Amino acid sequence: MQSPAVTVNGRSLPLDGTAPSTTALDWLRAQGLVGCKEGCAEGECGACSVLVARPGRTTPTQWTALNACLVPIAAFAGQELVTAEGLGTPDALHPVQREMAERGGSQCGYCTPGFVCSMAAEYYRADRAPAAASDGHPGGGPDHLHGPNGFDLHALSGNLCRCTGYRPIRDAAFALGAPDDDDRLAARRSQPPPPAPATRVAADGAEFVRPAGLADALTLLADRPEALLAAGCTDWGVEVNLRGQRAPLVVAIDQLPELRGFDVTASAVEIGASLSLSEIEERLAGRLPLLDQVFPQFASRLIRNGATIGGNLGTGSPIGDTTPALLALEATVVLASVDGEREVPLADYFTGYRRSVRRADELIRAVRIPLPAAGLAAFHKVAKRRFDDISSVAVAFALDVRDGVVRRARIGLGGVAATPVRARATEDALTDQRWDADTVDRAAAVLATEGTPLDDHRSSAAYRSAMLGQALHRLFAENPTPQEVGA
Amino acid sequence: MSALSERPAEPVVGRAVPHESAALHVTGQALYTDDLVGRTKDVLHAWPRQVMHAHARVTALRTEPAYAVPGVVRVLTAADVPGVNDAGVKHDEPLFPDEVMFYGHAVCWVLGETLEAARLGAEAIEVEVEPLPALVTVREAIAAGSFQGGQPHLERGDVEAGLAGAAHVFSGELEFAGQEHFYLETHCSLAHVDENGQVFVQSSTQHPSETQEIVAHVLGLTNSEVTVQCLRMGGGFGGKEMQPHGFAAIAALGATLTGRPVRLRLNRSQDMTMSGKRHGFHARWRVGFDESGCLQALDATLTSDGGWSLDLSEPVLARALCHVDNAYWIPNVRVNGRIAKTNKTSQTAFRGFGGPQGMLVIEDILGRCAPLLGVDAAELRRRNFYTAGGTTPYGQPVRHPERLATIWQKVLDASDFAARTSEIEAYNATHPHTKRGLAVTPVKFGISFNLTAFNQGGALVHVYKDGSVLINHGGTEMGQGLHTKMLQVAATTLGVPLHRVRLAPTRTDKVPNTSATAASSGADLNGAAVKNACEQIRGRLAQVAAERLGISPADVRFADGAVHGIAFASDRLAWEEVVKAAYFQRVQLWAAGFYRTEGLHWDSSRMRGEPFKYFAYGAAAAEVEVDGFTGAYRTRRVDIVHDVGDSLSPLVDLGQIEGGFVQGAGWLTLEDLRWEEREGPHHGRLATQAASTYKLPSFSEMPEVFNVTLLPNATEEGAVYGSKAVGEPPLMLAFSVREAIRQAAAAFGPPGLSVDLASPATPEAVYWAIEQARRSTEHGHVDEGAPGVLPDQPAADAPPMVPFSERVQRMMTRT
Repeated sequence: MQSPAVTVNGRSLPLDGTAPSTTALDWLRAQGLVGCKEGCAEGECGACSVLVARPGRTTPTQWTALNACLVPIAAFAGQELVTAEGLGTPDALHPVQREMAERGGSQCGYCTPGFVCSMAAEYYRADRAPAAASDGHPGGGPDHLHGPNGFDLHALSGNLCRCTGYRPIRDAAFALGAPDDDDRLAARRSQPPPPAPATRVAADGAEFVRPAGLADALTLLADRPEALLAAGCTDWGVEVNLRGQRAPLVVAIDQLPELRGFDVTASAVEIGASLSLSEIEERLAGRLPLLDQVFPQFASRLIRNGATIGGNLGTGSPIGDTTPALLALEATVVLASVDGEREVPLADYFTGYRRSVRRADELIRAVRIPLPAAGLAAFHKVAKRRFDDISSVAVAFALDVRDGVVRRARIGLGGVAATPVRARATEDALTDQRWDADTVDRAAAVLATEGTPLDDHRSSAAYRSAMLGQALHRLFAENPTPQEVGA
Repeated sequence: MSALSERPAEPVVGRAVPHESAALHVTGQALYTDDLVGRTKDVLHAWPRQVMHAHARVTALRTEPAYAVPGVVRVLTAADVPGVNDAGVKHDEPLFPDEVMFYGHAVCWVLGETLEAARLGAEAIEVEVEPLPALVTVREAIAAGSFQGGQPHLERGDVEAGLAGAAHVFSGELEFAGQEHFYLETHCSLAHVDENGQVFVQSSTQHPSETQEIVAHVLGLTNSEVTVQCLRMGGGFGGKEMQPHGFAAIAALGATLTGRPVRLRLNRSQDMTMSGKRHGFHARWRVGFDESGCLQALDATLTSDGGWSLDLSEPVLARALCHVDNAYWIPNVRVNGRIAKTNKTSQTAFRGFGGPQGMLVIEDILGRCAPLLGVDAAELRRRNFYTAGGTTPYGQPVRHPERLATIWQKVLDASDFAARTSEIEAYNATHPHTKRGLAVTPVKFGISFNLTAFNQGGALVHVYKDGSVLINHGGTEMGQGLHTKMLQVAATTLGVPLHRVRLAPTRTDKVPNTSATAASSGADLNGAAVKNACEQIRGRLAQVAAERLGISPADVRFADGAVHGIAFASDRLAWEEVVKAAYFQRVQLWAAGFYRTEGLHWDSSRMRGEPFKYFAYGAAAAEVEVDGFTGAYRTRRVDIVHDVGDSLSPLVDLGQIEGGFVQGAGWLTLEDLRWEEREGPHHGRLATQAASTYKLPSFSEMPEVFNVTLLPNATEEGAVYGSKAVGEPPLMLAFSVREAIRQAAAAFGPPGLSVDLASPATPEAVYWAIEQARRSTEHGHVDEGAPGVLPDQPAADAPPMVPFSERVQRMMTRT
């Protein structure tokens, strides 16, 4: 292995002597790149947003915005980062910077470098194309979240500003043109990103290791049961920053090629565990409407760019938003170890709060979702804030309705028990019943009693229960005569 | 027109220019306090030892184990304090406490070579405590009679007679939450000791002079031995008016004891669990209306949740009482105030400073009573506006009340209010599961510090021999664009292009004895002081130019970098030429400017006087759509007309209005401070202490259509270049969102229903309001007639309201 280094704004900077737990944010600031700011240290505010060269779908490289506060800098060894300082200077502002500055997009300025990076990622999105004619939306785009230039405001959903009220930032984003021909970051997209090299960073008895491949990773897990698996670090980073957690050995599996597959057959979709949610969203391309509804509501673009589907299951959190949907889709989890693979139904995967059947020497290699999926699919997330909030309750429905009768019902719930659960009593109450108001009234009353919701800072138990029942009412109100496409 | 408000031809003020640091912000080059650490050698890092009890006596504190942690250099405890062990000026907030007063109270601090070492050192410290009973909610404090500070009493007319003669009497209760500032930059200080013991503290503070005073008294030094500098803040919103002092003092104490620079930067959870917030309030009220819905009497008792120490709670409460009228004439008023002492963070200033809390009480009353009176809510509000000759309950004439009526009409027109109200009725009639609401609310907000002495400002302006200008003033920059405005004021007064003027960071050795950059007064006070300094220099340069031009100094004009006579045919001198000539004539090219706001007086013990220079006015019309399944809502459109006088800097003012509005909407509808109220090991813990659990407005809360207009031709005679303050008043325009949600929720029930709405109106709160409307034909919890809900009257021995600052002022003026 060569001595690890990270390329930042075109300069290669060595990682010598860096502690494995040092975040990219702290490391960049120690390099003097103080435009990268800490606002929350948990991936919620985006003040630390930076651009990373990552594989793209439409161009070999896609400039991808990530939260630098969550990821150890060691995970970027061999990678290319760009910060606000690298986009432009006060005398030669980048187009994104110019629009932000001139339109009043900054007040205190503390969140601004992060906004600039998130906005630049969307600016460079290769398939961003001017939208069809506006129907009177203020920004001139097809709706209030999309600009006439194709800019999708969801790209900024992980960035918080406490000063401006966002309108000038929106206007800056919607005013952006296409990159110039001589734009070096635009040109960079035509070459692939550097491959993630095998990496080992060690200091003070702690190690960060990026194995070269799956076999190496599994051997390491077999030898070192204390190893902590890390992919996008969107959960682990919070533990490190806010709860002072440290691990003797962190094993990065987010770039393992064997975990980045995506296969569709007639009977299943197999999704590599280390694909980010953004990548899955692109690759699914509408094949699973239920997941299409989940992704825009799952955290923010910044988080979805890092968070992986395997990581979302691996943490075992009862409030992860993919799990209820995957339960409703009857997904299975493919676990790999040096002894081989086994496939476990997701419904049997969780054993308790943040606990699962996965052994210490196993990792999640893939998630399999059987096809065809149910015809009536919906994901209802209830939270305080519409963008980037944690669910009070999440309900995923996958129903097959034929000839006006519910033939099959699968319902996944989040936020109402120590683990995500299936609403089996409600499924029974629906199955073989007419899809009508009476059935829905009866089944909604059952659904409102599922799980064991708690009172907490997100909501009361009474509200959670009410929301379960209301979810079915809403599903029926929105789909009184569902399209009958079930198998 | 006054000399202060008069603008020259083609002034630089009034131009829409970007924030002076915009190019630095967007490129990551703008420096904040913590960005200096990497430029400073041998910095030590500070970490607090927080104790996780709501209330407890510290019986033992063993620091030795910390020293066993590699990299730990020093533990700071009460024994190290050479001066006064207090983070404030009232001697009720010990810097190193022996009694833990809230969950997360820091009892000592550890300095380490790295942040990691300091953190581990703090964990190693052994603290033994004896838990004590704790009061966490304002209701518990009221029941226990746990109050602190004075209890102000504001009265005019005869409330009992007013209620007795009223056609309708209603009474009720309202409890509403506070708000976390969530400035993106957390509290931060970096201190070192210069030559000869001079202490230098870089601090993210809105009040450098008071930070300096507290650092001095903790260290046992004179103010002259301490310098505080604030480069800029990553947001303040009032949260850095009084709260930074203790943190700066810890850093400075560490620096004096170790001889090394000390950095103290709170992470987000420390900041949220240790620093004060907007006060939540509890209110009981009785109100009387005549047959036509005109207010006859208001009797209310407001109890603010002050937290564990007094902090700024008294002036915040005073401002709440002074704004309970908002824009409405109420002939008979009795408002009592008191400050609950609870085991929570010490609540403090937050944009509006009690004004929003006072106004929320009356806006909630009107929103709930309008259906009971059978009067449309918008019409009920308009009917009660102040008119010519009206005076506030505290005796101040309401100047320019006609602006309220003008603004109101403009916002109704701009928002197409009547037509959209009809459209919404039609929409609601055909949509069983979603309802829309459109509401309009006014703002009248008093500008000036209630305490008269604070209404002074200072500036230092240098003109160098090459004609370049450097200004310094007592105000701090927290994103509100104060520095941008000050540059524009200086360029206007000196008649030079904007790029000729630079601004140096705020520091106490340049302009001393400054007031906090607060109360929206930054531009009024410091702008007038900058103008004053520039006028002194300009006057001297006019003498020099007059000689060269062969005219009277009174006829010399300065504009756009040229100096010329009043006549069209006058010769023109370059600014630089006049400056150079002045230097060789030994003319002083720098000046200290000063300003004091005239005509103010205030007596807190009687709650009478004319504390405000003027009122800022505005109105907003907001439309929301509410989902009947979940209570979730979105803001479809907002129209605002706001009075900023003649704007000094329109882009800056627009930003303040929009940003203030969204922050206000956050307070009222989304931001949810939840404290653990149940007894147990976490009693008193702030449950929403991170960005993941305390949700600020994001893009999803931005109004989808957002139209803001500045009231034209709005010269304010008494303020610099005819402008008005803008920092705080727009926050209160957000009442329109809350009232629109109330109306939309009510639309799920039969017409004419009075609906209660909790604050914040989170989706859950809105859902319960919808359920109230859907399930019943009964109104919410408003009592009709006597006796109803009776506001508590003050006990016979209730202490009068004489804030500390006012006591000092009185003492000084007597001697």
